[in-house]
Amino acid sequence: MVDIVNRPYAKAFETFASTRPDILCLSADLTSSCEVDGFRDRHPDQFLSLGMAEQNMLSFAGGLAMQGFRPFLHTFSVFLYRRPYDQLINSIAYSNRKVRLMGFLPGIITPGGITHQAIEDISVMRAIPNMTILECGDATEVETVLEVADSIDGPVYVRVLRGEVPRLFSTPFEFNKLRTLSEGDDVLVVTAGVCTEEALRAAEPLKSRGVGIHHLHVSTLKPFDRDGLIKAARGKKGVVTLENHTINGGLGSLVAEILAEEGLGVKLRRLGLQDTFAHGASKPYLMKKYGLDASALVSAIGQLLGKDLNIDDAELEAVRIDTVHSSHKAEAL
Amino acid sequence: MSLTNQQTTGDVAAGIRKRVFLHTMRNNGGYLSQACSAAESLAFLYNEALTLGEPTLPKVPLPFGGVPSATNPDAFTGAGYHGPFAPEFDRLIISPAHYALVIYSALIQVGRMDEHALDHFNVDGGSVEMIGAEHSPGMEVTTGSLAQGLSMASGIAWARKRKGEPGKVWVYMSDGEFQEGQTWECLAAMAYHGIDNIRVIVDVNRQQCDGAMSSVLDLGDLATRVASFGVTCRSINGHDLDAMRKAADSAEPDKPLIILANTSPYQGMEFLKKRFPRLHYVRFKSADERREMQTAIAAELGVDEAEIARA
Repeated sequence: MVDIVNRPYAKAFETFASTRPDILCLSADLTSSCEVDGFRDRHPDQFLSLGMAEQNMLSFAGGLAMQGFRPFLHTFSVFLYRRPYDQLINSIAYSNRKVRLMGFLPGIITPGGITHQAIEDISVMRAIPNMTILECGDATEVETVLEVADSIDGPVYVRVLRGEVPRLFSTPFEFNKLRTLSEGDDVLVVTAGVCTEEALRAAEPLKSRGVGIHHLHVSTLKPFDRDGLIKAARGKKGVVTLENHTINGGLGSLVAEILAEEGLGVKLRRLGLQDTFAHGASKPYLMKKYGLDASALVSAIGQLLGKDLNIDDAELEAVRIDTVHSSHKAEAL
Repeated sequence: MSLTNQQTTGDVAAGIRKRVFLHTMRNNGGYLSQACSAAESLAFLYNEALTLGEPTLPKVPLPFGGVPSATNPDAFTGAGYHGPFAPEFDRLIISPAHYALVIYSALIQVGRMDEHALDHFNVDGGSVEMIGAEHSPGMEVTTGSLAQGLSMASGIAWARKRKGEPGKVWVYMSDGEFQEGQTWECLAAMAYHGIDNIRVIVDVNRQQCDGAMSSVLDLGDLATRVASFGVTCRSINGHDLDAMRKAADSAEPDKPLIILANTSPYQGMEFLKKRFPRLHYVRFKSADERREMQTAIAAELGVDEAEIARA
């Protein structure tokens, strides 16, 4: 069974930042919610509290970066781009400043509802020149994303996972490289973030039905490992993307762009929020309701192949790899 | 040839007004009123207050070097006209990018930019843009959307203080920027973090694009509002250089200094009063109107009208 790691970011950030005096930890009143409260207490000289004032925080961070500091901004994903979008453009992105935007609770993994759910962040960030977008899919990626983010010459947005996070991968976060989780001839499945864990639940039932799945996990959304995708998509009967995000402008869209540009002529099903807002509820409930789970993936694959795979929820439940998660309540704010 | 220190600050202010006036008449419009309100503040900054090194950019402005990116080594900022970055030197962050023409004129007047640099103004492919961006002479950050310069300057100031640099961070901004919430977020942050190496001069001309601020969204008692955030706030006559010197010298420990320079949008060009409150960008509806303004303001500034035809 898969390992569950408790608060991997807290430890990883402290290890990473405490030996690098040019790193500053900025927070906007969500310090413990972003697991940097311990860092604040033990390294107060590297911590700057800027309060519930994100517009100022982003521009202020631009100024810090101009002087050679590398600010890591900590708040919920949604607060890094919605309210302070103009600041993101003019104080950070245009000037290609080394500001690292650490976004917590991306997509619908928060019960906070529309105000807390960053469901179009990737879409928005993808449209910004100079921006790099990373997304963590497991504890290993949470632990190893910091050095990757810090190596980028320019602004970086990271979708971070917090709390109890499964360890799916044994090798560190590799910049702009797709992870191949399985190889098969029938359908290419491309997933990112928490959706990768969901897709893994479907792996065994699909295999037992004789369906060959080529599964790619995406942790760098911009830039994108175009060649890796093309190679895997060629000759497949269909492609399915599954993302913790709206299907417009995120992973599904960027895969569609590449497939079309390459003229691969392969059918694509984009799973994710189908151009809708969500609401406040638990992560498992929302993933089921909006079709972001293993069951939705299985039925999309069945549609692409034109057959009923006869995999019910009970079978998918039985192979759940995060027994800890399933008995857990929705993450508190 | 540098004219720095050979002119009085009053001379520099007069020179700024004259240059902006000449350019506005030659180009059939411009940000003329901003020269009226800002001339003394900018003259004071460039001629007295700022500790700057010699310019690092050529006196004749460079063409645009392309947008900044990880792959563009040719991008540059206009801060080079303020000299090199060094711990002992000051920085000047210009927040109202619409004052660009006035800034350029000030840089020329103090000898930091070529006498004919305004020939490059608003020319396609150039860096001397109408609304300055970070590549424009004197600009270091991109502030055309307004109210972000103060926050960026605060980040710079915090960083310089942390590193023990003696140089100050000066900010020039406009009162309209106090309509944006970000300005107040920043005042709170500056006060909370005790950022005391920052000096802010605000052009309180009570004008904005739509007209008089009192008809758009009045700021009321700005001095009291600003002071209530826990910063040092001095409210002065922005055309009184002695008052400005005194205010600039009155910083308090652990507090940022905000100087509200109360100004007139037609100081030195009383003729503009006729256009009040349409002063944000001066343009002419007819040749007659243009001629009348040219003659009247030329007389006020002591400019020979023949000089306007030079370009």
